[in-house]
Amino acid sequence: MTTTSSVEQVPGVAHRLARSEGTGRVRRPRSTAGAGMYRPWWMPVLWIAPTVIVIAAFGVFPFLNTIALSFTNATPLGGGGDWVGFANYERLLTDDNFWRATRNSIVYALVAVPLLVVLPLMMAQLVYKYLPGIGFFRTAFYAPVVASMVAVALVWQNLLNERGPINTALDRFGVVDSPVPFLSNPTLLLLSAIALTVWKGLGWYMIFYLAALANVPRELYEAAELDGAGTVRQFIHVTVPGVRLTMLLIAIMSGIGSLRVFTEIYVLGGATGGPGGQVQTLPFYIRDTALDPIAGNAGYGAAVSVALFLLTIGLAVMSHKFGAKEES
Amino acid sequence: MTWWHARGRQRAVVVRYVLLLLVLAISVGPLLWQLSSSLKGTQEALFGSEATFLPQDPSIAAYRTVFEQVPMTQYIRNSLIMCALTIGSQIVFPTLAGYMLSRRHWRGRSGFYSLLIVSMMFPFESIMVSLYMQIREMGLDNTFVGVWLPGAIAAVNVLIMRATFAAVPDEIDDAAMLDGAGEWRRFVRLYLPAAKGSLVVVVINSFIAAWDDFLWPFIVLRSEGLYTLSLGLARLAASSLSFDPRVIMAGSIIAIVPIMVLFVAVQRYFFKGVESGAIK
Repeated sequence: MTTTSSVEQVPGVAHRLARSEGTGRVRRPRSTAGAGMYRPWWMPVLWIAPTVIVIAAFGVFPFLNTIALSFTNATPLGGGGDWVGFANYERLLTDDNFWRATRNSIVYALVAVPLLVVLPLMMAQLVYKYLPGIGFFRTAFYAPVVASMVAVALVWQNLLNERGPINTALDRFGVVDSPVPFLSNPTLLLLSAIALTVWKGLGWYMIFYLAALANVPRELYEAAELDGAGTVRQFIHVTVPGVRLTMLLIAIMSGIGSLRVFTEIYVLGGATGGPGGQVQTLPFYIRDTALDPIAGNAGYGAAVSVALFLLTIGLAVMSHKFGAKEES
Repeated sequence: MTWWHARGRQRAVVVRYVLLLLVLAISVGPLLWQLSSSLKGTQEALFGSEATFLPQDPSIAAYRTVFEQVPMTQYIRNSLIMCALTIGSQIVFPTLAGYMLSRRHWRGRSGFYSLLIVSMMFPFESIMVSLYMQIREMGLDNTFVGVWLPGAIAAVNVLIMRATFAAVPDEIDDAAMLDGAGEWRRFVRLYLPAAKGSLVVVVINSFIAAWDDFLWPFIVLRSEGLYTLSLGLARLAASSLSFDPRVIMAGSIIAIVPIMVLFVAVQRYFFKGVESGAIK
């Protein structure tokens, strides 16, 4: 870091005095709150430059570029790239595979979000108050979050296979006569992938609720208890309103997460995305259409990407509206 | 306290423990089942009604096989390289930028802040087509740097560090300044130690992200010699016909264990960091 020496040589007070002389280029801090020394003027630039470059080049530019690409016939290996107007978007409208992927992604979010909003809250409630050994439970509940997705998807593949423990248990208790085709029936495969996403996400969202529960005033519980409210009614009338904002946040986060699913489908459903690609999600379809080195069509994939982005924004706005309505 | 109350409270505690054990079985049970199955001998049933939970004839043969028949060591090494690159950049740059964002005033600061916020609006999957083409044009296709670079600095980590540094009381900073500590010195001696909890969160999250990442390395890396553990596992599973299921189970346990050990080792800091709001 080249800035080190030049800054360190100047003792604090002298530095402050130097600044008051005014060197033209040196800008004053608007407030003195911990602002510290203000020299040399380019120091902030050096400290933030790498971050600005990476975020701009790989966080913001790709989005603009995606929009531009969606009007071209570019290929992933750099060929094409001619302007084709709205052709890619016209193709979207009549592309059954695109609509199937969109439907799968929306179903994914509609099933996963309510589960991920409610179940982690109940888990947080369960581990919030102290009991001997509660730290162990908190850590253990978080375990699936840190385990890698490919690895846990392989675990679930075993659990859900035709002779796996889940089918064995269902059979033993006489729930089903023949094994449930969790991994070969498209609908069940989609639900199995959702179950995997939810299972892995429980601990993650539980943490958010734990932080939120700490902000619910204790007096409210005491008052509710005095009024004779039991555990369930305390949960509905004190806890839920107390963590409403967190619920909204988690609805948005888990909704976006559901629209981003790829690995679960790839591991449970195979490289095709379920039998005949019937369980493909939007990210899956984007990778399939756009990034295949031989047949890939980056322009069309970019149009699908824009659709995915709009869906994400739509979902966030919808959750927000829903949350705002609940509020009033 | 009356007898009735005491009993009611005890009953509540028992109910809570029962529920805790139930959730425990759901969250950790599948992982334990996989671990136990991977340790079963070749004569034992893995599936079906005759399968038992615990191995009757424990054996580590599957682990030996997975290391012998699959370049497991190489996968692990590649994953560790990715983790080291990611953790390195995620510690250094977000700390510097977060400091500038919270402790200093400069022209363009709010613009920089907006840039961070805006960049978080785009889900990776909706920009990956462009990202891949950028990486390819930079000649980084099929390289570790190509995998690492787009995610080298996460906006959310900058925001975490910003919040952490903003919480340092101005008086401490002023006192250090009056004692003649220059900016770099205050940064290293005062601010970094104050951010220990957040740094642990950043390190863990970066480690998990790099170790678990699948889709992006899957797009960028094509040589098997560069495969990370996640890619190697997926490939191993895709060719499952030729492998004993125990071998795949052993492989997935190998992918899970290091991260679990790391997490348990630092979970105290992690939960503290999380609860102090570092994650928001």
